[in-house]
Amino acid sequence: MYEIDPSRTDLVEEFRNNPGGPFSRELTLVVNRLHVMPMADRHILVCTKRSREWVLAKMPTVRGAKMELYDDQVFDDYYKGVWEVFKRRWKTVTGQDVA
Amino acid sequence: MKKILGYCDDWSAVQGGTVNFKVSTYGPDRYEAALVRVICGDDEPGHGLFQEEEIDAPFNGEHPGHLQPIDAGSYGVVPQSPAVDGLKSFTVQAWVFPTTPMKGEQGIITNWADDPATGFALMIDDTGSLAMRVGDGNGNVTDVSIGAPLAERRWYLVSGSYDSETKVIDVRQAPIESTLENLIAGDAQGSADNVAGAGIPLMFAAFPAVFPNGKPASTKHFNGKIDRPRLSAGAMSAEEISAAASNESPCEQNSNIVAAWDFSRGIGTDDIRDTGPNNLHGHTVNLPSRGCKGHNWTGNEQNWQQAPQEYGAIHFHDDDLYDAGWETDFDYVIPDDLRSGVYAVRLRAEDDEWYVTFFVRPKKGTTTAKLAFLVSTVTYMAYSNYHWLFHERFAEATESLWTTLEKTDVFLQEHNEIGLSTYDTHSDGSGVRFASRLRPILNMASKTPLWSFNADTHILGWLESQGIEFDVITDEDLHNEGASVLEPYNAVLTGTHPEYYTTPMLDGLRSYITGPGRLVYLGGNGFIWRCALSDKFPGVLELRRAEDGIRYRDEEPGEYYLELTGEYGGLWRRLGMPPQAVVGVGTIACGFDSSGYYRRTEDSFNPRAGFIFEGIEDDEIIGDFGLLGDGASGSEIDATDPMMGTPAHALVVASSEGHSENTLICPDEIGFHHAAMDGVQSPIIRADMTFFETPGGGAVFSVSSIAWAASLPHNGYDNNVARISENVVRRFLEDAPFTMPK
Repeated sequence: MYEIDPSRTDLVEEFRNNPGGPFSRELTLVVNRLHVMPMADRHILVCTKRSREWVLAKMPTVRGAKMELYDDQVFDDYYKGVWEVFKRRWKTVTGQDVA
Repeated sequence: MKKILGYCDDWSAVQGGTVNFKVSTYGPDRYEAALVRVICGDDEPGHGLFQEEEIDAPFNGEHPGHLQPIDAGSYGVVPQSPAVDGLKSFTVQAWVFPTTPMKGEQGIITNWADDPATGFALMIDDTGSLAMRVGDGNGNVTDVSIGAPLAERRWYLVSGSYDSETKVIDVRQAPIESTLENLIAGDAQGSADNVAGAGIPLMFAAFPAVFPNGKPASTKHFNGKIDRPRLSAGAMSAEEISAAASNESPCEQNSNIVAAWDFSRGIGTDDIRDTGPNNLHGHTVNLPSRGCKGHNWTGNEQNWQQAPQEYGAIHFHDDDLYDAGWETDFDYVIPDDLRSGVYAVRLRAEDDEWYVTFFVRPKKGTTTAKLAFLVSTVTYMAYSNYHWLFHERFAEATESLWTTLEKTDVFLQEHNEIGLSTYDTHSDGSGVRFASRLRPILNMASKTPLWSFNADTHILGWLESQGIEFDVITDEDLHNEGASVLEPYNAVLTGTHPEYYTTPMLDGLRSYITGPGRLVYLGGNGFIWRCALSDKFPGVLELRRAEDGIRYRDEEPGEYYLELTGEYGGLWRRLGMPPQAVVGVGTIACGFDSSGYYRRTEDSFNPRAGFIFEGIEDDEIIGDFGLLGDGASGSEIDATDPMMGTPAHALVVASSEGHSENTLICPDEIGFHHAAMDGVQSPIIRADMTFFETPGGGAVFSVSSIAWAASLPHNGYDNNVARISENVVRRFLEDAPFTMPK
């Protein structure tokens, strides 16, 4: 499996500046790696008001379990939410905070 | 988050008929209901398309709210009988194939009452081990456990017995021997002074329970297969147990056998048949899978109808659901003057809102328009309560998105009892085969994501904006009545995604097309999978995702034949009727991150196709705009293929280009993967806009793209996608027949 190099802050910057893509080849590998991480570890978004509000959440490990929403992570811009998801997944996968 | 949901007992209503509406609230003690005609359900703030018309109805207004529970999980039940109650010494046994032995206590064969604790239960205990529980009704409960977990997905002959003379409880398990594994065989003993008859029905694959409102329910569901359960008088020896398990008709050899259930009888029904002397027949609940490979499946036969004795297992699941069984809050008698169309009961409770969608067709034998909009209700059922986006690890990589859930998805995650779609797997990993509309469907409503039903409302909004009158006919109407339901119409218009077809539906549509009928296929990925409906289980669709195809999850090998109809399941492409042979085109590729546009071909200048391009410039790019991927060719797209049956005289009047790297060829279109399977590199990925006449004076027009309809509203419906669509519909509505080219 592709391993993300946490020192590649250039790829982080590329994503931050253009979270909707298209991405460079190297960033595509990073994004795909974050897309296929185990479900139980993923941060995701929940749309609470159509096209107006999104809340960061964490997928439960068990079917039927309550979804954990982060009440202090509410976004009025979808890509701000996506950026937060990217940072959290980067941390989960690499063990390091986005610089 | 969700505070109100509802469903109705039938999606297809007719003037004079009655629809019953069932509602549950999650917190609020009151709710408002209102009847609306759905014109366009797209409520994206920037689109400006949402439109509904409020209609007077007797039920409009405030109603008391209440929580209605759902008893999900399949099981079998045999009514209470003195033959069971009167047993002093007894043996209960079955072949079992547990799929989640470590998921807590699960009933295999139970005749158990909790209060007071009475009866017996052959079960899996909370260590994953086979166990027998007995109760004397006086507070004494004894559990005897083998003490070692059962292996997942392996067959065991399991039994539990009680000898009222010796007071011994005996539990046994004997796996079918493996050449590769050491599976545990063993037995364990315990004792109990007495076992009292529970005096209640006997159950397979669950324990009984009661909801707080007193409604009967079930609990501790067994996930896995059960084959050849037996109940005998007396504590049988291991040899006697084995003989009873091996024998299809054991009562002939052993008069102690009280009941010998043969699950291979009644496949495709909910009947449980007892071949024993006491006729302890029963029924299944919540549609477990039947016609499943039994402990003795040899693989020599793949069709349960040819070797039923090898398909004697029922696969029970703790998340099966047929009928939610809610009480009716109010009903609605469809007035004679309510025009045919798409309607919903809008429910509001506190800050939450929900739509219970239904469809009104004209009275049988009448029409009120020359155009019929064929609503894809069978496809809606296949997708109903779709969990795939947050169950499937590779969903994000498939769709090139970051998981973004709706409030409805959160509800689905938190409420297992609401059931699954045919795109999902059960909690034990097995594929979901049944999808019911007799439960709240969280993705068939206005104000939901633009897929399936709500994507189809773009077509409704377009028809309304252009003043094109239409009647609504549903897939189930076509299934039940065949071509006769379409024949009164000059033209039939599909939705964006008519993917699932039963044999009667396809026969009826083909018969219509080969008459003077005209079909406007305004979608993509249509006519793909065979599925089944049955009068035995109204409101349910069955699907077997046999062989290949974009199937999200694999079907169990050896179980490719539908149980409701006995037909072989899978793609129509593999069943002798590929979509190319019906509408000229079939699915070639899928891509969800961006869409392409169409360019006119040489065929588009053929005089036969002139009417299609009235008002369109010769070199005009078609559909480089739209709400799904910014183009009219996308999501799932179709192409012609003469080898698959595209008529020789079909005109490909436009083809798409501009597809992305994430648009990929379908697995059923390719024998081996290679490095040029994407929309940038592949020479074959495109949507073919196609037209052909039929010998009966009819015609077929296919846009070959799910995303097409999402381009209709662009610029206030003033665009070349809408123009082409209207050109075709208006010509198809004219009485003048089409003629075959020479």
